[in-house]
Amino acid sequence: MRLPDNSQFQYQAPDFDELVTLFSNTRSWQEKYRHLMLLGKQIPTLAKEYRVEAAQVDGCESAAWLYHQQINGKHYFIADSDTRIVKGLIAILMAYFHGKNTDELPEQAIEMVFHNIGLSQQLSPSRTNGLQHITQQMQHKFVKLT
Amino acid sequence: MNVMTQSCATPLAIAIRPLFPTLESTEKVQPLCYLDTAATSQKPLSVIERMQDYYLNENSNVHRGAYQLSAQATQKYEQVREQVKNFIYAQQSQQIIFTHGTTEAINMVAWGIEPQITQGDIILVDTASHHANIVPWQQLAKRTGAEVKAIGLTTDSRFDLESYRQLLTLNPKVVAVPHITNALGTVNPVETIVELAKQVNAITLIDGAQAVAHMPLNVSELDCDFYVFSGHKMYGPTGVGILYGKTSQLEALQPLMTGGEMIKTVSFEETTFGALPNRLEAGTPPIAEVIGLGKAIEFIQNNLTAEHQAEEQALLQYLQAQLKQLNGIELYGAHESNIAVVAFNLLGEHHQDIGILLDQQNIAIRCGHHCAMPLMQHLNLKGCCRVSLGIYSTKADIDQFITALKAVQELFAE
Ligand SMILES: Cc1ncc(COP(=O)(O)O)c(C=O)c1O
Repeated sequence: MRLPDNSQFQYQAPDFDELVTLFSNTRSWQEKYRHLMLLGKQIPTLAKEYRVEAAQVDGCESAAWLYHQQINGKHYFIADSDTRIVKGLIAILMAYFHGKNTDELPEQAIEMVFHNIGLSQQLSPSRTNGLQHITQQMQHKFVKLT
Repeated sequence: MNVMTQSCATPLAIAIRPLFPTLESTEKVQPLCYLDTAATSQKPLSVIERMQDYYLNENSNVHRGAYQLSAQATQKYEQVREQVKNFIYAQQSQQIIFTHGTTEAINMVAWGIEPQITQGDIILVDTASHHANIVPWQQLAKRTGAEVKAIGLTTDSRFDLESYRQLLTLNPKVVAVPHITNALGTVNPVETIVELAKQVNAITLIDGAQAVAHMPLNVSELDCDFYVFSGHKMYGPTGVGILYGKTSQLEALQPLMTGGEMIKTVSFEETTFGALPNRLEAGTPPIAEVIGLGKAIEFIQNNLTAEHQAEEQALLQYLQAQLKQLNGIELYGAHESNIAVVAFNLLGEHHQDIGILLDQQNIAIRCGHHCAMPLMQHLNLKGCCRVSLGIYSTKADIDQFITALKAVQELFAE
């Protein structure tokens, strides 16, 4: 499987602390999902040639693709989805995981992050959005390191 | 006609709602707007209470005990067989086989007729079928060297009688089609389909999973060889379904399941199978579910009046009209004569996003491929949204849904 260039991996993910603050101030579902969909637009999209089956994450009713690269001990990811909401959820994962090594991960478990911003239902295994699988695959990269 | 002012009152649905605990649940802040009856219907209290009563007071196995309780359970279980027979106008109660659902019923036929199928035989299946009416036939074809051919759809997504007529010239052995398609709600001309199939001596199976809760059935008049449906889509419990067959066809089926209940004599040298219907009901059946199904049938017989059917039909047309008024919407195979289902997409948007954002507003609809991937391929879609109605669906449900969908559109438009 051909990976995107290293340079494409080294983008700036949304800032984790800012993201947590942003969601803690949302009042309505509209606001929450508006933020989510806007966040999705802040991370890179995958060109068509990289939207291939080998990169596809299982368990998604919508298609999602994930690439990983380790550069100087840090983990970089590019992921995309053909839905706005999964893309936004991926942006949250990027804020949490992208460009970090194991020591730099936020203290809060990722499940707690989703819980605190009121999106834990999207992470549930009973959902077909595949978020749980994407999360596991990203997490796995860090587990292997330690 | 101005659809905004089109009258669409649903007094019968409003009156019936209190019988459905899930719809009336006071635990939720916002009432549930349940528009996914095609996936499974809600259950009236009468069904729930009957099953509870069975477990509280009558639980015992059927067809075995020498004691009163078992004899009573057997009698109640067999009464439902009689009830189903009358409900769908079968001739004899032994023509009613209890299964675990539509899927199992189709598998029983696709497995059971294997001895009658030889290499090169043709099996015709509607393109708009549920996977349950595709995969078992494909597996049969794999085992026997037969071939499954898809009956085409017209440009407006109806069953294509022309395509069907042409395929019939191949002298198919089997014709298996849905009565009403689950993804679109289109009504197939099953009477014509069966009549034409008989002219070439094809065995006919009609998948009635989406029909039985919405219209009266008469399998004798329809004259199909097999008719199948699920209890859970007709206000009954999950885990029970019906395989109806002509007696000679049922007798010719090789049993998919063998074991207890279905035998006459067993020795290590030779086992002989029992008579219908037990022959096709190996093992302990879903007794409570069958008894619950009896109540569901009673419920339909008492409540699905011609007036209520007309009300449901008017509500579907209201729903279609309301959707058509929105900008950037595409409806699929939406005909006036459809039953209980509308399929749509918002152009440029992913069906899954729509589903999640409607869920935020307590609207339950199904978004996906609807177990009909070949149909989705035909429509050139990854998936779509499906709204489906039940006997309890009201105008208020539709209005709530349309308002919610507009809110989703606004959010997308930002
Ligand atoms: C037309 C049709 N056929 C078959 C099935 C399968 O039914 P079950 O899952 O109850 O076996 C369904 C249910 O979704 C259906 O709508």
